[in-house]
Amino acid sequence: MNKLQIITGGIIKNNPTFVLVLGMCPTLGTTTSAINGMGMGVATMAVLIMSNLVISLIKNLIPDKVRIPAFIVVIASFVTIIQMLMQAYVPSLYASLGVFIPLIVVNCIILGRAEAFASKNGAIDSMLDGVGIGLGFTLALTAIGSVREILGSGAIFGYSLGIADYMPLVFVLAPGAFFVLGYLMVLFNKFVKK
Amino acid sequence: MKSTLFNMVAVLFSITLIASAGVGAVNMITADAIAETKAAATKQAVANVLPEFDTNEQSEQTIDDMPIVVYTAKKGDKTVGYAVESMTKNGFGGVIRMMVGFTTDGKINNVNVLEQAETPGLGTKMCDEGNALLSSIQGKNSWEVEFKVKKDGGELDALTAATISSRAYYEAVARAYQAFLVASGAKDKADGVSGATAAKSASKEGNTAQEGGKNE
Repeated sequence: MNKLQIITGGIIKNNPTFVLVLGMCPTLGTTTSAINGMGMGVATMAVLIMSNLVISLIKNLIPDKVRIPAFIVVIASFVTIIQMLMQAYVPSLYASLGVFIPLIVVNCIILGRAEAFASKNGAIDSMLDGVGIGLGFTLALTAIGSVREILGSGAIFGYSLGIADYMPLVFVLAPGAFFVLGYLMVLFNKFVKK
Repeated sequence: MKSTLFNMVAVLFSITLIASAGVGAVNMITADAIAETKAAATKQAVANVLPEFDTNEQSEQTIDDMPIVVYTAKKGDKTVGYAVESMTKNGFGGVIRMMVGFTTDGKINNVNVLEQAETPGLGTKMCDEGNALLSSIQGKNSWEVEFKVKKDGGELDALTAATISSRAYYEAVARAYQAFLVASGAKDKADGVSGATAAKSASKEGNTAQEGGKNE
């Protein structure tokens, strides 16, 4: 498998949201607006790249039976580090994502990639897998967030389109997340994935 | 690697040790920066809700088991207003924190929501400039206002389709007013209908908070 395929595979063939259907909890919870979806995607990508790299480096040192707790410790540490860095240097983004950042620890995409890819492949490939899956997740969340923001609050990336009063609010609420996710999943598998 | 007991214990121990060292190191680097950003944010929040001032003093109270911070803003020797950092746990998405600015005579100067997790597009409107909640209390004398939405028999507007958020908002403002009464010693002014009871309970809470402080 060449390097480029690893990245595009993460975006299209193995898209974590629309194909693997992993990490549904943050997907449904954070995509109330395009910017929130994107912020969550980028933060997850950062954790995923770092944890994939470290796990692929130490995979031969970890006894098989305790690999899951070992992975979780690595992931949780990176999440905490990223949380502190965001809090210190990008407080505005941290304020809008606040509660979702610690939840990256329990995002099953990250543990899933650690188990399915990083623990079987080399360091470079694992990082690229992190980039690909991370981009796939970010794009999917941004797409869902954009659609929900347009349909629900008549705005895109916070810029009002002046049609807010005519839009069905249900799309920014929890049920709307399921509608949008379902239809986007259908469209993605019909037209993009083939 | 083989999963013997010794291996498993040793590896997990080393991983947690290295991980906590890493987290600790980053914490040491970022702790100051985080404290600075927080302090700057608080200062900005106080400035947003009060007229111009030079210095502010900080004092804490506990009302309904929630920590309320009062910033007394002074220009020269003259007190120009009180900014109260109030909160409620009854928002639609949990905790709402806000900074409420009172002029010295108890008028609500401005309200600035600091933290909320309300429904986007509904409850989050409480953060917007000139929203229905803010405009129905801004500039009013606090002791003349009954902090209740129309649905509950009050006179204040609520946000469309966000009654729970609106209730929580006014609850936090009312709590801020209690703290203001204690901090400014303006209890005697509050002989209005709702003000008197609020002042009484506020002063009671204030006293207990002070006693608690002494014990520590």
